[in-house]
Amino acid sequence: MRSRTFRIAPYLVVAILIAAWWAAIRLSGTRIFPGPWDVVLGVISLAKEGVLVHHIAASLMRVAIGFLGAVALAIPLGVAMGWYPATYRALNPVIQMLRPISPIAWIPLAILWFGVGNTSPIFLILLSSFFPMVVGTIAGVHSVERQYIRAAENFGITGMKLLRQVIVPAAMAQIVTGMRIGLGVAWLVVVAAEMVAIDSGLGYLIIDSRNAGNRYDLVVAAMVIIGVIGFFLDVLMRRMDRVDAVKWRYVR
Amino acid sequence: MSVDIDARDVWKSYQLENGASLSVLDGFTLTVAQHEFVALVGPSGCGKSTLLDLLAGFQRPDRGTITVAGQPVGRPSPKGILITQKGSVFPWITAWRNLTFVLDGLPEEERASRARHYIELVGLQDFASAFPYQLSGGMLQRLELARALVVKPEVLYMDEPFGSLDALTRLRMRQELLRIRREEPQTTVLVTHDVDEAIALADRVFVLSERPMRITRIVEILIDHPRSMADPRAVALKDSILHDLGAITE
Repeated sequence: MRSRTFRIAPYLVVAILIAAWWAAIRLSGTRIFPGPWDVVLGVISLAKEGVLVHHIAASLMRVAIGFLGAVALAIPLGVAMGWYPATYRALNPVIQMLRPISPIAWIPLAILWFGVGNTSPIFLILLSSFFPMVVGTIAGVHSVERQYIRAAENFGITGMKLLRQVIVPAAMAQIVTGMRIGLGVAWLVVVAAEMVAIDSGLGYLIIDSRNAGNRYDLVVAAMVIIGVIGFFLDVLMRRMDRVDAVKWRYVR
Repeated sequence: MSVDIDARDVWKSYQLENGASLSVLDGFTLTVAQHEFVALVGPSGCGKSTLLDLLAGFQRPDRGTITVAGQPVGRPSPKGILITQKGSVFPWITAWRNLTFVLDGLPEEERASRARHYIELVGLQDFASAFPYQLSGGMLQRLELARALVVKPEVLYMDEPFGSLDALTRLRMRQELLRIRREEPQTTVLVTHDVDEAIALADRVFVLSERPMRITRIVEILIDHPRSMADPRAVALKDSILHDLGAITE
């Protein structure tokens, strides 16, 4: 009985929020802000024109390239920094100083360096998802249990085999957590990056809907779609906890 | 019998944070014959684990020499495998992979046949494809043992290997260890708090003192296997060792 209540609960919360939204629109008598139904119609009209798929694909493509680029850079660097104290001491201050700079602050420089194409948003995504993954990987390597390192030493496992087949798998759970945060940030940043100097993607859809005739129904529609896709990206990342290389951390 | 482990006049001390130095070993000497099973019993914190670390090469002595099979010990190597109660079987690969993983540089068939031999020796052949988290505590220690033996070490060092197991599993592991030794004798140094365990398994029991650690007595166990702890000789030995350790008075 209890479990059934818990299963309905999230849907109930969404339903209450939508009802409250609808009631607020009715009571205030606003003419500009859209109600839930206007947004549904907005989504349908966008989908019919085919522009919705186009914008979603553009955003996802940028996130995929930027995020995978960040993975390819952050994980090897994080392993090196976590494992070799000298590398850590040399690079950590720079990383910790660059990390708190909002990716949004980099937009002017990105446009200066890469112009108004796909490269700028991809650069911003790479930059923003890079830091959580470096930090997660370093923390993962630092927390590898000493008995595994000692066993590897005992059996004469050294060099790349030690790093790739002992240290990385032992740290994998935290590396994946870093990737999950990184992907979340990437999805946040793609929308901001697309609001300037580009003509596709969900961020562009928002800013264009507002500029071209105050279509707030489409603005909110795009926001809802961003939320839904972000939700599914996180579900996808959480599936990685079931991979053998990660699973052992969470059982027993 | 030839000498396998030869530690001569070994000194080891640690610098404490307040600047004082803590002397763990000052002129410690120990010899173990080939295929002999030696148990070290002593008060906790007396330096038994430090000694194993030194013998296995995880730490260097300040002074003195340690040789295993005639070769000086410099750093950890598969020649002397150390097993602790914490367990260090790699949890991200299967039981089988744990065995083949440590056999680098051997031809594929040789790896497989050795892994098969040792997984059978410890009775885990039906769990070859299981991950360590799917195994019980006793099975994990058996896998630990198989992984240590698969590299054919000169010496096996065991630091409270069964310390985290329940009483019944501990008893079973003793029998397992003795059975494996009958099939493949192996020079072994066991550190334990459990005097019963020492008497049940060892050829000689070394009774150790507080820091700096010294051998206060060497007890030769001349009882044939299988040993019963109810054997009057075993009971008498246990009493006298516990007396030495100050665990019983009178």
